[in-house]
Amino acid sequence: MNTTQTPCRELQVLSCRPGTEPTLVDLVLSPPGWTCRAGQFVMIRPLDWGSELVWPRPFSVCDVSDAGLRIFFQVVGRGTRKLAGLQPGQKVAVWGPLGRWFRIDENRPNLILAGGVGIAPFVMLARREKTDNLSMLFGHRLDLCHYPYAEIADRIESEAMRQTTAADIAAFETVLSGRIKTLSGIGQVLACGPEPMLKVVRRYCLMHGTEGQISLENRMACGVGACLGCVGRTVTGEYVQSCVHGPVFDVRDIDLGE
Amino acid sequence: MDQTVQLGPLTLKNPVITASGTFGYGLEFMRYGDLTALGAICLKGISLAPREGNPTPRIAETPCGMLNAIGLQNVGVKKFLAEKLPYIPPGTTLIANLYAQTPEDFGELAAIFAAQERVAALEVNISCPNVREGGVQFGQDPAMAARVTSAVKKRAGSKPVMVKLSPNVTDVTVIARAAVDAGADMLSLINTLSGMSVDIRTRRSRLANIVGGLSGPAVKPVALRMVHQVTRAVQVPVIGMGGITSAEDVLEFILVGAHAVQVGTFNFMRPDNAFRLVEEVRTLAESLGISSWDEYRGTLRA
Ligand SMILES: Cc1cc2nc3c(=O)[nH]c(=O)nc-3n(C[C@H](O)[C@H](O)[C@H](O)COP(=O)(O)OP(=O)(O)OC[C@H]3O[C@@H](n4cnc5c(N)ncnc54)[C@H](O)[C@@H]3O)c2cc1C
Ligand SMILES: Cc1cc2nc3c(=O)[nH]c(=O)nc-3n(C[C@H](O)[C@H](O)[C@H](O)COP(=O)(O)O)c2cc1C
Ligand code: FES
Repeated sequence: MNTTQTPCRELQVLSCRPGTEPTLVDLVLSPPGWTCRAGQFVMIRPLDWGSELVWPRPFSVCDVSDAGLRIFFQVVGRGTRKLAGLQPGQKVAVWGPLGRWFRIDENRPNLILAGGVGIAPFVMLARREKTDNLSMLFGHRLDLCHYPYAEIADRIESEAMRQTTAADIAAFETVLSGRIKTLSGIGQVLACGPEPMLKVVRRYCLMHGTEGQISLENRMACGVGACLGCVGRTVTGEYVQSCVHGPVFDVRDIDLGE
Repeated sequence: MDQTVQLGPLTLKNPVITASGTFGYGLEFMRYGDLTALGAICLKGISLAPREGNPTPRIAETPCGMLNAIGLQNVGVKKFLAEKLPYIPPGTTLIANLYAQTPEDFGELAAIFAAQERVAALEVNISCPNVREGGVQFGQDPAMAARVTSAVKKRAGSKPVMVKLSPNVTDVTVIARAAVDAGADMLSLINTLSGMSVDIRTRRSRLANIVGGLSGPAVKPVALRMVHQVTRAVQVPVIGMGGITSAEDVLEFILVGAHAVQVGTFNFMRPDNAFRLVEEVRTLAESLGISSWDEYRGTLRA
């Protein structure tokens, strides 16, 4: 039913399931007719949004296959609240896949560092990559059962740490630092999560000389490189669009303003 | 119905132009539609030297609109000509959007674009609220608006010159007349409305620049009123914009007197919107039995 063959497609909602934890939602859209790499994202805007919310919303592709395009998201504001109410059959404009992806090095250890809904892009990665050189450390706030953690842990070596108190966060940081140090010179980290976590990851990567890739979440109005709103600052002081030059960046290249 | 629009010496295939700063250099949208099917593309504002733009966050969503304080980040005219222009498909009607901090530099830029065969017209941005010098300073002072216009006009050769007006003024017709008297071949309006959005919890502005420019459906009534006023005050073609998101909106601007329109924020809502709009405008005009734009333009009843 797509009227055009451009990367902007009108997809149908197949299912939209908030779990027992209503702020975490598993959204499945009809197959988009493309595939992508872990870390790439899509822009989403339901056809019936009218003009109150003018921007589409960016989300990592959690998985994509003949079964559909899956997005795993957290309700944080007006847009995600509306998205959580999508009903099967409703139509959504989706454009993508957009941006740069996580690059796995099959010959060396790759450690995934995921925080909260930052786990989303790694579902696809764990399903597809056969490498034994892939493992995950997952930091989360809500009960583990609300995240697609088990799907990943079934396939790759995984560890989860829950953070509800300041002490938990400090403990997570200690483990994070230790793991990053261990990989210095022999492997790399792939990180996706809230910005405070990315800052910590970046600090330890630089401190220990460990290679890493981080996925930025900057506000985006277009997702296609046109608005110049999503820029991140490089260590050499230039502004680069995270929708086309990211969202995944080399940890050494990007300045998070710490 | 023939969709052609005549803007002085410039012929457009249809009245839908993409607004500066919302459509990149066109290249970003090539995957989403046929650039040559658009009336024209106003390119992202270009200055003589590259500009890095403002600190982040630079954008914020607001009810029925958005604020931006990009600060005219751009690659500079040299890099644009070498690395962007050659890749824009032939047959695309291009309007260069000029930004400078002095009338002299505006003239310099105009001379460079005047020599470019691919550029059909020049749009002079004297209305950007997000830069310290030039920008809206020129757009709020009729004498300065006239100086910039004539500086550009002198060096623009045969290229038609369109001056882009700011809504952040007491009486837009004063600036409009000043630009036309100084030689502007046409006018475009409105640029963004100066605005703010703050977070009561963090007690910070949602923009690093504190203030930004409002665009999107929220500004449409203001834009329509100003286009109406200006089309009655001057004889040159006026290109209307501000909050357009449908074919109905396009016809509203033409009804109050605009020759053509620009669409900005609408391009963010969906990257193929401008392409779809061209078709929707045609369908709507035909369903209303409009025989030509000349027949419909400015026919708002008293
Ligand atoms: C490349 C990328 C991938 C992402 N992947 C996921 C994902 O897989 N799952 C998920 O839950 N979230 C993801 N996010 C974050 C998600 O886009 C935001 O949570 C969402 O846009 C919030 O919208 P809202 O209207 O509910 O929130 P509001 O706070 O009401 O939003 C206000 C405005 O700010 C923007 N905004 C707010 N928070 C963010 C944020 N963290 N990142 C970017 N823009 C934001 C919104 O788009 C909106 O325009 C991703 C963001 C980016 C940039
Ligand atoms: C992100 C963004 C960047 C813009 N950059 C420019 C620019 O470089 N030059 C310019 O003349 N206008 C610029 N504008 C203004 C638009 O061209 C247009 O005048 C304004 O957005 C109103 O139209 P709209 O409501 O359809 O968006 C920009 C607007 C936005 C939202
Ligand atoms: S989101 Fe518009 S340039 Fe990146």
